[in-house]
Amino acid sequence: MSKKAVVLYLHAHQPWRVKPYSAFDMGVDHFYFNDESDGLDTNNKFIIDKVSEKSYLPTNAVLKDLLLKYPDFKVSLSITGTLIEQLEAWRPDVLKSFQEIVATGKVEIVAETYYHSLAFFYSRAEFVRQVAAHAQKIRDVFGVSPTAFRNTELSYNNELAKWADEAGYKAIITEGWDPILGWRSPNYVYKPVQTHNIKLLMKNYKLSDDVAFRFSDKNWSSWPLSAPTFSHWMSESLHADNGDIVNLFMDYETFGEHQWADTGIFDFLRSLPHEWTSNGGTFKTITQAAEAYEPADEVDIHHTVTWADTERDLTAWTGNAMQQDFMHSLFSIESEVMQCDDVSIVADWRKLTTSDHPYYMCTKWFNDGDVHAYFSPYTSPYDAFTYSMNALRDLKLRLLWSQEGRNN
Amino acid sequence: MLGWELPPHHAGGMGIACYQMCKELSSRGIDIEFILPYTADFSIPFMKVTPSSGLSATEVMNLGGVYDSEYFAGQGLGKQFSSHHDYFARQVAKLASSAEFDIIHAHDWLTFLAGMEAKRVSGKPLILHVHATQFDQSAGGSGNPIVREIEQQALLMADHVYAVSQYTKNVIVREYGLLPEKVTVVHNAMEVTYEELEVDASNAYKYLVEMKKRGYKVVVNAGRKTIQKGLTHLLDAAELVVRQQPKTLFLLVGGGEQEEELMEYAAEKGISENVLFVGWLNGTGKHWRDSFKIADVFIMPSVSEPFGLVALEAVGYGAPVIVSHQSGVAEVLQNCYKVDFWDKEKMADQILSLVEYESMRDEMWQNAYQEYKNISWGKSAEIMHNTYSQHTGVSS
Repeated sequence: MSKKAVVLYLHAHQPWRVKPYSAFDMGVDHFYFNDESDGLDTNNKFIIDKVSEKSYLPTNAVLKDLLLKYPDFKVSLSITGTLIEQLEAWRPDVLKSFQEIVATGKVEIVAETYYHSLAFFYSRAEFVRQVAAHAQKIRDVFGVSPTAFRNTELSYNNELAKWADEAGYKAIITEGWDPILGWRSPNYVYKPVQTHNIKLLMKNYKLSDDVAFRFSDKNWSSWPLSAPTFSHWMSESLHADNGDIVNLFMDYETFGEHQWADTGIFDFLRSLPHEWTSNGGTFKTITQAAEAYEPADEVDIHHTVTWADTERDLTAWTGNAMQQDFMHSLFSIESEVMQCDDVSIVADWRKLTTSDHPYYMCTKWFNDGDVHAYFSPYTSPYDAFTYSMNALRDLKLRLLWSQEGRNN
Repeated sequence: MLGWELPPHHAGGMGIACYQMCKELSSRGIDIEFILPYTADFSIPFMKVTPSSGLSATEVMNLGGVYDSEYFAGQGLGKQFSSHHDYFARQVAKLASSAEFDIIHAHDWLTFLAGMEAKRVSGKPLILHVHATQFDQSAGGSGNPIVREIEQQALLMADHVYAVSQYTKNVIVREYGLLPEKVTVVHNAMEVTYEELEVDASNAYKYLVEMKKRGYKVVVNAGRKTIQKGLTHLLDAAELVVRQQPKTLFLLVGGGEQEEELMEYAAEKGISENVLFVGWLNGTGKHWRDSFKIADVFIMPSVSEPFGLVALEAVGYGAPVIVSHQSGVAEVLQNCYKVDFWDKEKMADQILSLVEYESMRDEMWQNAYQEYKNISWGKSAEIMHNTYSQHTGVSS
């Protein structure tokens, strides 16, 4: 009988944000992602620097210590191609800190789309190309080949699981959302329906969100949360349903960016492995967990689930008409883009497939100034729509020029 | 003369109309003192401009203009707005009690209270010049009741009323109960500009220039994005047009409270790519002029438009126009398409025939341009001059 394990999975991503790109820029300025304005949130370098200092560097430092100190401690990490590109351009020191923790041999890198896109739901061919591009980038930068898969925003359905199974992945992950789990617990490994070898791990959102969202909430009855308390909660959760694993899935930027250093989040992270392992627990990566435990049951998920919002669906990205129209326009030129021999057009088109662009156009709770507003570099979803749509129009013009065989 | 703005310190078409009509009146020997609610530098040789407060033009424009009746006298900004309006009236009354003049001519509701005060202290005749009413701004509703009350009182108290169109005169008679005899139509005009009319390479809409080279046509609307302007109907028509002729692009210039709703509306129809929203542009800048020059068709589908100077401006810059029957400009311009604001099929038909038949487009514009050159402030100034004389007994 294997030990009870925590599967800590962290997701690191930054998009190429579109600058305020007006109708008068179209046809003139063909750079959409190069805002260099001081202190503007559409200045990608500014964001990379900010998040590097607040989150990536201090988190990697803590993780490295923990990985070297505790033999049982392991982490799973996904890092998008768009983030790696930006680190290569501006913060090679930060990329090196990621390489160092991966070099410990105790960090599993998880596969995904290079561009953090929703391509799976629009074009299977482009999806496959972006997954392959990501795998190549991971091999080049980290020297490893992923064996577990996560789709953008943990979006998931039976079709995706079948694809990942056939592609040879050993594990796939998604949200452990109650309506899907039914009577089941997220604390087990499952088998997706109509698959052969692949295992499914589902996020324990209650415990994950205690760290990712509630940690610094002073109105929360459990504030301030300590590592011993949290470790105790995890034991209780496993004891309650005799489970095997606790899947703590969250954004990498939880550490230092969503939860700032002064909330005590780094002390919490530093203490957690000791608390958990001294009580007889261990840590496993996603693939290790998939291999160690037998599936408790089959899981059948027809409708796409994600880890976002209370609906746990895709409506944060494709819920309103502007988002749908943008995505439609974007993917309607896919085949023309693929036939084009100008690599910059292909690269810019792919940068526009990043899910953050339609996410910034979300109007669901625009008026409440909630999490969507917090994560958006724009004043309103309408600005986001205008700038991205303008960029797409210009891209189409470049495509026309390229097809006409003239450079501009 | 009482007004809320003059160019270059102005927010809308009313400032331009005031400026151009005063220029013409002054050339006919009328001595004008124009009283404004702000202090600013003007180099206007033909009349005296008198500030009534120490506030700057920007400060006053930020409080609100004639189009901002919605929040007038409400909380916060609305309160500051109405208090500056009251202050203007008191200052004008002070000026009127000491100055020598023969007649009071007040433009739109923000100056109506001042006009009434000036009449009270001086006993001089009051003429109100109506460029827009609450009925228009709320697209046929009742508008802000406080503003509507100001309009109603002033219209009843005035010795005479100018309406910028027969359409507006009808509104005043119907909605405010005035006798038709008390209201004279004084059409707006647009000073002829001699600009290069061809779309040149320096046009700020490089994207549209490129698309036009590839057979695309551009349909332009410019103005505030409010319910008054009938733009949801335009998007209804745009959907039909794009289905028939996908190489049609719609350029919507101007901001306003309805802009975001319109973006969503276009997206629901799946035509976002064909509809470009540009937001506010300075009405005296190159981008503004380029918006007309790039147009193959200019359309103004207003639900209720007292005049619609922007349509004449478009003709001046080389575009054939489509205007709604519910506009004043439809009375003075014959060589254009006219359509009921709600008739999306007909609107789509008219747009399609203009974008598809170049000969027709050229012919319509050539003729409209001849009309445009003949629509001058001269005729309107003559009408005003006559009314002045009737009410003062002075014929200068």
